[in-house]
Amino acid sequence: MRQFFDTRRRPWLVWVGFALVGLSLALLPFALAQVGTTWVRIANYAILYVLLALGLNIVVGFAGLLDLGYIAFYAVGAYTYALLASPQFNLHLPFWVILPIGAAVAAFFGVALGAPTLKLRGDYLAIVTLGFGEIVRIFLNNLSRPVNITNGPQGITGIDPFKLDGFSFGSYQSFLGLELSGPIKYYYLLLAVALGIIVVNLRLQNSRVGRAWEAIREDEVAARAMGIDTRNLKLLAFAMGASFGGVAGGMFSAIQGFISPESFVLVESIMVVSMVVLGGMGNIWGVILGALLLSFVPEILRWTVEPLQQALFGRMLVEPEVIRMLLFGLALVLVMLFRPAGLLPSAVRKRELEEHVA
Amino acid sequence: MDTFLQQVVNGLTAGSVYAVVALGYTMVYGIIQLINFAHGEVVMIGAMVAFTVINLLAPTGLPPLAVVLIGAGCAVPICMLVGYSMERLAYRPLRHAPRLAPLITAIGVSIILQHIALMIWSRNIMAFPQIIPSRVYFIGGAAITTVQIAILAICLTLMASLAILVYRTPLGTAMRATAQNPHVAGLMGIDINRVIAVTFIIGAGLGAVAGVLFGTYYGIAQYTMGSVLGLKAFSAAVLGGIGNIPGAMLGGVLLGLVEALGAGYIGDLTDLCQWGVPLQACEGGGTFILFGSNYQDVFAFVVLILVLVIRPQGLLGERVGERA
Repeated sequence: MRQFFDTRRRPWLVWVGFALVGLSLALLPFALAQVGTTWVRIANYAILYVLLALGLNIVVGFAGLLDLGYIAFYAVGAYTYALLASPQFNLHLPFWVILPIGAAVAAFFGVALGAPTLKLRGDYLAIVTLGFGEIVRIFLNNLSRPVNITNGPQGITGIDPFKLDGFSFGSYQSFLGLELSGPIKYYYLLLAVALGIIVVNLRLQNSRVGRAWEAIREDEVAARAMGIDTRNLKLLAFAMGASFGGVAGGMFSAIQGFISPESFVLVESIMVVSMVVLGGMGNIWGVILGALLLSFVPEILRWTVEPLQQALFGRMLVEPEVIRMLLFGLALVLVMLFRPAGLLPSAVRKRELEEHVA
Repeated sequence: MDTFLQQVVNGLTAGSVYAVVALGYTMVYGIIQLINFAHGEVVMIGAMVAFTVINLLAPTGLPPLAVVLIGAGCAVPICMLVGYSMERLAYRPLRHAPRLAPLITAIGVSIILQHIALMIWSRNIMAFPQIIPSRVYFIGGAAITTVQIAILAICLTLMASLAILVYRTPLGTAMRATAQNPHVAGLMGIDINRVIAVTFIIGAGLGAVAGVLFGTYYGIAQYTMGSVLGLKAFSAAVLGGIGNIPGAMLGGVLLGLVEALGAGYIGDLTDLCQWGVPLQACEGGGTFILFGSNYQDVFAFVVLILVLVIRPQGLLGERVGERA
C-alpha cells in the first residue's frame, strides 16, 4: 500500500491528489450550502484566518519575530477599505484599487512598527507589538472626535461589497443553473486569493530571502556575519506579513459590510498566533491546518455543545464562546508542552526545538 | 496648580498599585527570564474572589475593615495556589525550552484563567458595596480620600516588606542567587525548584492584594480587568528595568504619574485653539481637542515602546547581553 503511494515512482499520483483536493474545494460551498448558508460564511471566515495565519507565519515562522499585535494590520486594511468604499466619506472606489492601497498602508504600518523595534529580543518584541496593536485599536475607537474619521466604537456601516462591472459579489445570482449566493461567490474569490498567497509563500520559503530569514531566526549575529542585511530583511518580513494582513482586512470589510474596533481586539491577535503555533511555525501546510482546525472545531462545538447541554442539564451552563476561547488557550499550552513544533512541524523547527528540549 | 496636585495624588495612588503588580512580573522575570503573561489574570482573580466575599459579608453588619480584610484574606491564598499551579503545570516542564515556548504557554494560561473566571463570575461587572465611609482630606488644594491613603500605606508596607524579604533573609539570598546563576546556585545547595515556586507564590500573593486595592479604588471588578492592568504593570516593570525590584517600584509610581498627568493635560496640550490655529470651531471660546483624556490607556504603551527603544535596560536595570 505504502509502496503504491510512493510518489517518486508514480509522479502522476501527485496530480491526481491535486485534482481531488481541487475538486473537493470547488464543490465544498455547495455541500455546505445544503447544511445552511451560515456554514458557507464560516468557511469564508476560515479562509480569512488562513490568510491571516499565512501572513503572520512570515513574521513568526520564517523570520522568528513573535508579533502579538498582528491584528492591527488586519484592522488597518479593513479600515482603509471601509473609508474608501462606504458612505463615511462618500467615497466608492472599486475594490481592485483599494486592496493594493490597503496592502501598502498596512505594509507602511508594518515598517513603522518594525523600524524602532529591530534591536529587541524575542520576548520584548512580543510585548511591544502587543502594545502597538492596542494603540491602533484605541485610536480607531477614539478617532471620531474632533473630526469624525473612524466613527468611533459604532464602527462604519454600509461598506460596499466587491463589484466588477455590475457583477456584485454581495448579492444572489443564478449562473448556468447554479444557485450562487453572495457567500458562495466570496468563497471562490477568497479561495483564489488564498491559493495565490500560498504560492507566494511556497516560493518565498526557499528563495534567497526565505533562506536569509531562516538564518536570522536561527542566529541573528551569525547571519549578519555572513553578510545578510538583517535590518532590511526583518523590515521586509514585517512589511510582507502586514500587507497580507491588510489584504485580508480589506476582504473582511467587504464581506461583513460593517466593521468596528470590536473586531480587532487583542484576543484576535492571540487567536492567529495560536493557529500558527498549533499548526507548526514555519510550515505553510501546518499553518493552514492550524487555521482551519481552530476556525472549524469551535464552530462545530458551538453547534453540538449547546443542544447537548440543553438536553443534559436543561439549560446552558457554559457558553460556546467560552469553550472556544478555552480551546485556544489549551491549544497553546498543550502544544508547547507536548508537541512544541506544532502538529505539522517544519523540518528545521522540529530539529531546533527538540534539540533544546532534550 | 490644583489640577496638577490632584493628578499627582491620583497618579501616586494608581502608580503604587501598578508597582505592586509590577513586582510580580519583575520577580519572575529576574529569576527565570519569563514574561509571566498570566500575572494580570492572577490580579483579576484576586479582585474577583475578594469582591465575592465582600459582597457576601457586606449585609452582615461586620465592621467594614474586617469585611475587606476577610475578603483579601480569602483572595491571597487562592491566588497563591493559582500562581503555584501554573508554575508547576505549565512553566516548569518548559524551563529548558527555547525562550518563546514558555512565553506562548503563558499567553495560553492567561486566556484559560480569564475564561475560567468568565465561567465562574459571568460577564457582569461586580460593584464594590458602599461600606467604607469615604472621608476627603485636602492637601494644598488637592483632595485625597481615606481609600487613597489606605492604598498608599498598604502598597508602601508591601514594598518595604518585600525589600526586607529579598535583601535581608536567607530565602531572599537564595532567590537572588538563583536569579544570578541557577546552575551554580543549585551546586551551592539551593533547591532551585522550591525557590522558583516560592517566587511565583509571593508574586501571586502581592498580585492578589493589588487586585483588591485596584478594585476598591475604582469600585468595580470584571473578568477582563487583568489584561490591561497586567500590561500597564509590565510596562512599569520594563520602565524601571525588568528583573530589578527597586526598579519595578519606581517604574510603577512613575507610570502612574505619567498616566494621570498625561490624561489631565493632553486635552489642553492638543487643543488647536490654544495654539492659535484659526478654525471655525474655535470661535467664541470653543475648543478643538485632537486627543482627549480617552487616550489615557495609550500612555503606558507609548512609555513602554519609548523605553524599549531608547533604554531597553530600563531606568535602574543593568545592560544585559543580547543573547541570554
